[in-house]
Amino acid sequence: MTTALLTDITIFVLAILVGFEVISKVPATLHTPLMSAANSIHGIVLAGAMLIAVTAHDVLGYVLAFVAAAFAAMNVVGGYVVTGRMLKMFHRTRTPVPAADTTAAVSGNSQTPAGGRSGGQS
Amino acid sequence: MNAFDWVTQLLYVAAATCFVLGLHLMNSPATARRGNQVSTAGMVVAIATTLALVAHSGTVTTTGWIVMLAGALLGGGAGLYAARTVEMTAMPQLVSIFNAVGGGAAALVGVDDYVRLASAGIGESTTVFTVLDVLIGAVTFSGSVIAAGKLQGLIDGSPITFPGSRAVNVAAAAVAVGGACYMIATPSVAVLIIIILAALTFGVTMVLPIGGADMPVVISLLNAFTGTAVAMAGFVIGNWALIIAGALVGASGGILTKLMADAMNRSIRNIIVGGFGTGDSGPAIEGPGGDVRSIQADDAAIQLAYAQKVIIVPGYGLAAAQAQHQVAELAAVLEERGVEVSYAIHPVAGRMPGHMNVLLAEANVPYPQLKEMDEINPEFARTDVALVIGANDVTNPAARRPGNPVSGMPILDVDQARSIIVIKRSMGHGYAGIDNELYVNPKTSMFFADAKTALTELTAAVKTLVG
Repeated sequence: MTTALLTDITIFVLAILVGFEVISKVPATLHTPLMSAANSIHGIVLAGAMLIAVTAHDVLGYVLAFVAAAFAAMNVVGGYVVTGRMLKMFHRTRTPVPAADTTAAVSGNSQTPAGGRSGGQS
Repeated sequence: MNAFDWVTQLLYVAAATCFVLGLHLMNSPATARRGNQVSTAGMVVAIATTLALVAHSGTVTTTGWIVMLAGALLGGGAGLYAARTVEMTAMPQLVSIFNAVGGGAAALVGVDDYVRLASAGIGESTTVFTVLDVLIGAVTFSGSVIAAGKLQGLIDGSPITFPGSRAVNVAAAAVAVGGACYMIATPSVAVLIIIILAALTFGVTMVLPIGGADMPVVISLLNAFTGTAVAMAGFVIGNWALIIAGALVGASGGILTKLMADAMNRSIRNIIVGGFGTGDSGPAIEGPGGDVRSIQADDAAIQLAYAQKVIIVPGYGLAAAQAQHQVAELAAVLEERGVEVSYAIHPVAGRMPGHMNVLLAEANVPYPQLKEMDEINPEFARTDVALVIGANDVTNPAARRPGNPVSGMPILDVDQARSIIVIKRSMGHGYAGIDNELYVNPKTSMFFADAKTALTELTAAVKTLVG
């Protein structure tokens, strides 16, 4: 067993423990957004998919690189956008115009984090 | 290690830190959105760093660049479109699909690494992680696709079994594991393909026999699988960001799976092997009998309007009827009259963990009104009317007695309320297949109607009542 592998395993185990510690405090209200957020985080596999391209020099390599990149990008982009959209709906008090709020949540999501922040939290 | 390596590695550490902080901020609804932004920032850093690494390698062909960018743009566009247009009721399907593609991508990373190195001779320790990555990734991919199909209604949501389905499942598992062991000893691309096919089959035969009510557990479990597959992919390509992110997701999926299984009073093994609704939970057990009192909108409206405290108990029936907006409107009308309204949310209400909370948040219900089971149960005794909408097994008092399929399941103490109104389409059974003793309780009135129609009628009736 190499030192590099041992380091990898150590990191893996510690990260699992950190995950347990952080996530067991999340209230049931947020379980769906949490799952969606976790979903977007495993979109990091896009990094792995991109690295395939470094060594792709034949048809098989190109096909693998294409499909992996498409899958992972769908995972990461969709995951973050839908999590943001969901969290935007959680309000402490009832907001006056619910219909307009839904449209704003869809259109204003990706480009204006600052504008979005003023919406829901009080 | 040269300067470039140092910087990229440190940037990966920064990205991983953002993921942990982002999840930490999910602890409260007030900070959760900032959490998602922090996590997004981490992801942008990680992807930009990888892009720099890829460019720096200098070995990427023009075709390689085109293929990679085209794939990323196509996938990203599809994800963006799906995420912006999805209905909140369809959220579980979408999460399942993202799970599927994530697991699939992780498996492909493993496949690519193996195929590339197959000729050059591969070390055993690498092979172990490659095999685990491909195995778990492929199972997650096919399992999540089937789960999404079931949730979307493309595949029958009830447990599907065919003669020998259990045997196929066991055989697929045996072939996959056997092949994996063989491959670690003797590297072979052909065996890798056999393992992939067996793992895909296993994913399908694992999810098909699982019934609709168990979906929260299945989705959580598949989420944990994807996380693990991504971590394995991280071992294969030696990337810490993947290992840390995958481990975090694996832990989160694991915790949610355990919570969901506990809330349904079932072990994870029991759900995977099949139980409720597959016909082996025994014949339907008759309740104590007794008369069912039926009620119309006008009488129910009077009870609700002149109550001081009302607890609404939403179940899957509410989500299925897409009546979250109607229930929120009724609650708003009641609140205007000075009635104290809160919602009792059972952990497995809906189709994925916390699904009901999202549906009600979409209908503009303030989150402090959404109460978890432990918090709300003591309040039922002080409640004038409990309004149960499309919830069944989670309200059955029979769970407090031993000897029936719901025994020991944590339930909402709805029967403690002074009076109870149940909106339900018929006296049909829940997934446990037993009569609900709550319905024959002398305090209970049954309002037989579709949730959406019933709530609209109730709201109209309450509005006509004066002061």
